[in-house]
Amino acid sequence: MILVWLLLLPLLAALFAPQVEHWRADGSRWLSLTALGLQALLLLAAAGGGGDWWLESRADWLPRLGIGWHLGLDGLSYLLLWLTVALGAVSVLISWREIRQRVAFFHCNLMLSVAGIVGVFLALDLFLFFVFWELMLIPMVLLIAIWGHDNRRYAATKFFIFTQASSLLMLIAILGLAFAHQSQTGTLSFDRDALLRLELAPGLAYWLMLGFFVAFAVKLPMVPLHTWLPDAHTEAPTAGSVLLAAILLKTGAYGLLRFSLPLFPAASADFSPVAMALGVAGILYGAKLAFAQDDMKRLVAYTSVSHMGFVLLGIYALNGMALQGAVMQMLAHGFSTAALFIVVGMLQERWHTRDLRQLGGLWTQLPRLSGFTLLFALASLGLPGLANFIAEFLILAGAFQRSWPLTAVAALGLVGAALYALLLVQRGLWGGGAPAPGRHDCSRREWLVLGALALALFWFGLHPQPVLDLVREPLVQLLDAPHHAAESPPRLPVGSWL
Amino acid sequence: MAALLLWIPLMPLLSSLLLLLAGARLGERPVALLGVGSVALSALFSLAAILSFSASDGVAWGIETLPWFSALGLEVGFSLHFDGLSAVMVGVITGVGLLIHLYSVAYMAGDADFARFFAYLNLFVAMMLILVLAGDFLLLYLGWEGVGLCSFLLIGFWYRQPENGYAARKAFVVTRIGDVALALGLLILVQQFGMLNIQDSVDQARQLWPGSDLAGWVALLLLGGAVGKSAQLPLQTWLPDAMAGPTPVSALIHAATMVTAGVYLIARTQGIFMLAPQVLQLVALVGAMTLFLAACSALVQHDLKRILAYSTISQIGYMFFALGTGAFSAAVFHLMTHAFFKALLFLAAGQVIMSLHHEQDTRRMGGLLRPMPFSALCFAIGCAALAALPLTSGFYSKDAILLQAYAQGGAGFAWWLALAGALVTALYSLRLFVRLFLGDCRTLPEPDNRPLLCWPLGILCLLALFGALIPQPLHDVFSAAPQAHVPLPVHLLVLAMPVIGLVAGIWLLLRHRDWRQAFATGALARWWRAGWGFDVLYDWLLVRPLLWLARVNRRDLADLPVQLLVWTSRICHQGLSRLQSGRLRHYAVGIVGGAVLILAVVL
Repeated sequence: MILVWLLLLPLLAALFAPQVEHWRADGSRWLSLTALGLQALLLLAAAGGGGDWWLESRADWLPRLGIGWHLGLDGLSYLLLWLTVALGAVSVLISWREIRQRVAFFHCNLMLSVAGIVGVFLALDLFLFFVFWELMLIPMVLLIAIWGHDNRRYAATKFFIFTQASSLLMLIAILGLAFAHQSQTGTLSFDRDALLRLELAPGLAYWLMLGFFVAFAVKLPMVPLHTWLPDAHTEAPTAGSVLLAAILLKTGAYGLLRFSLPLFPAASADFSPVAMALGVAGILYGAKLAFAQDDMKRLVAYTSVSHMGFVLLGIYALNGMALQGAVMQMLAHGFSTAALFIVVGMLQERWHTRDLRQLGGLWTQLPRLSGFTLLFALASLGLPGLANFIAEFLILAGAFQRSWPLTAVAALGLVGAALYALLLVQRGLWGGGAPAPGRHDCSRREWLVLGALALALFWFGLHPQPVLDLVREPLVQLLDAPHHAAESPPRLPVGSWL
Repeated sequence: MAALLLWIPLMPLLSSLLLLLAGARLGERPVALLGVGSVALSALFSLAAILSFSASDGVAWGIETLPWFSALGLEVGFSLHFDGLSAVMVGVITGVGLLIHLYSVAYMAGDADFARFFAYLNLFVAMMLILVLAGDFLLLYLGWEGVGLCSFLLIGFWYRQPENGYAARKAFVVTRIGDVALALGLLILVQQFGMLNIQDSVDQARQLWPGSDLAGWVALLLLGGAVGKSAQLPLQTWLPDAMAGPTPVSALIHAATMVTAGVYLIARTQGIFMLAPQVLQLVALVGAMTLFLAACSALVQHDLKRILAYSTISQIGYMFFALGTGAFSAAVFHLMTHAFFKALLFLAAGQVIMSLHHEQDTRRMGGLLRPMPFSALCFAIGCAALAALPLTSGFYSKDAILLQAYAQGGAGFAWWLALAGALVTALYSLRLFVRLFLGDCRTLPEPDNRPLLCWPLGILCLLALFGALIPQPLHDVFSAAPQAHVPLPVHLLVLAMPVIGLVAGIWLLLRHRDWRQAFATGALARWWRAGWGFDVLYDWLLVRPLLWLARVNRRDLADLPVQLLVWTSRICHQGLSRLQSGRLRHYAVGIVGGAVLILAVVL
């Protein structure tokens, strides 16, 4: 029942947001926070289950078509649900002053999107999964199109078409799987458990795998399918950027871990060198593009491409260390990038510009906000002691065992990260004149949000064990699938040298 | 003992956190008290640790504090390790660090960002201590990147000048290139051993790797990290620019401690380097080349702090040369004495620069002997130790390096370079002193002799003179090198080299001013002054291509296919919508034309 309520709470909040606004001006804000708080309580109650699934919820839905209501919670989804709830609350908090128009409708969309994301992280029936996948998309498009910045229509349309076209491929792959099930057992089924037992012909499996992969890779995003991201992130309101960067991108990685890899172990293993190479390309290309930007928000958006390249590399390295690192990176990137977007939003609110050519010298006027910016930039460049470092080190260490040349190239991303992060510090915070004096430093609410995010980064950088333990079981199971076992033993091809 | 050891880095760390969070609200006095007091306590704890360590027959302490994390296939802990090598490093860091902190109180007095300065400086000391106390490579890496961060923050401390920011970024990015190599080295260790404990993995390597190439790869990658941090060839270009930071920072970070981290790293992983003799030779070659090139550059610089910066690169080159020839304890010995006399030189230089109203160009200095006798004394002692004149501390350590190197490998190319370097070192030390203190007075100084500036200098003078007497408990750390006989002429040659340089310098000075003039304006001097053109080379090879790439592809080529799609659909849309014009005759023409066409095809 907990799982159903986890889904229902944000839906109810979305439904009643317009109503409560009649009673109180900021009623919808408080309603959303309440719903997220209750979700957090439910998550606390759900903690610490054993077995494959800590909690499961099953019911018939359309039995004739083999479509069922099937939710399941394990360590991986548990972790990502916490991320969703935490960053969801952050999104509400930072919109407190930024969003002034159609407040109720804004929160309605926000909570609908959260509901969709929660559903994605819980669904174990592929048809249900697809429904949630679409549910989280539409409100997000509206968030960008209505409350975004100047070029919001273009960005929203582009985002919509990219994700819609790619999820169409996934739908085809899902149907393909269901029909394969029908041809083998005589009945249609969309249930993950049933589909896991399928024996697919290698060629078919490869094509179906690609269908899933493309949909997830667009969300991730993977170079060269990333071009929707900078536009969407840049044009979205701050809360939208936070939701997009911190959680929505993670659904792509989650999809790979939950469906793509287990359903097609052999095909994924075959495909993994390509995916790893694409991940490495993303790391470097994203860093290079971030380095070139003048728009602060666009810069942060491109760092996401670079960081999610690490996730892709880690997932397709297909060993425990790298997978744990990839999940860690999902979490760390969620916090650090969200924090950077929030900081950019705060600067824009004060100066009405994000152009680095016009900013500079902020440290003199806003020492606290600048300190936070510096800290989050450092997290982004992977400074040890902060969560991103643990993630990137584990990913590189794991990937190294699969392919040392690719890893060596990927490690150059660390230099790239230093280049863009320090350039951001230099152009934004350091330097001479600032645009206008007399801006107030962090308010208490802003302090609270940024401080909490900073604390999280330190906490998971110095004590990542809870995260690693949470996802150990699901990841080990993933790797124990029969075809992954045939992974070649690590070898460093060293010839004679010097 | 564990608790004691833990508090050594924790004291400055806590103080730094406090200063970062609340420093802006405190006055100068409490900030200074906190900043200096924490390092003083840390120095006290270090002294206690070193004393009780020496009393316990030099058995290394390994301390498991807390686990950091255990992933699938990798266990890492916050473990500390204390042995003779750590003892020397901790002593130097907290001792010299304390003196420089005291000096900074006077030097930075009145700066608007006084608290921020001490917050960063304390953070640096904490990170450096973590680096040298770490028992685990990942913790060492944390300290390693941490000191890099503090270096970045302090070079860019006066952030309003864009050139400071540029120098800071250059320092961080260039050292990070080395850090990538170091990280890759650690990845090999993870792959092979599934852990990163320093002692255990070196032991494992000793047992498992003889005859394997792995030791060579790991050693080479560690060397990559070391040359970045220690500003050796080919990653030395960041250090001269790093002088943009406040002078106490240059003394502490870019002379005495952080830049010697590379030496520490190689000394710490001696076991792995010994398995890879070719890499060890490479270390010696890198050191010898660096020490000679940098000494030549130091000879022709005009900026006071740049002279000292190149001199630092050169002296660390000696340490690398010593490491490479197997003279590990001599390298660490020189690390210590160099920390003393180079900190002395930098702090004295700071005093001179302050007295001259922030003038750094030596061409506008001169004749300072009479108005600033104390600084002159400091410089005289510092330069003498730098030139390795007999009876100074620098003499003992540099002699040890050259003699042990000869004993290990005889007189190879690298050894002759190192010997020639000693000559050049004496020359530029002399030039430095003469330019500042003799000749005509070009800028009138307002001598600044506050006690907090002078006391640390006095103590450093004593250390630069007699620091060689401090015992170093290194015999249990390094496997002893086989003793070999050094013939007497070599002894004499090594002994005489600085003196020859000094005499030659005086002769040039008195007799051949015109030669000097001709040389100083010549092409060779200009080449050396520009650091042998490495900056220009990297500018053309790396920086410009990168900037070009960034510029031409700012709008992201990968978006082009998408834009193309948008374009085509838009054009098609416009074309088709033009067909639907609403005019009957157009439609009629269309129908007739189409019918004719179909008929033509069918018939």
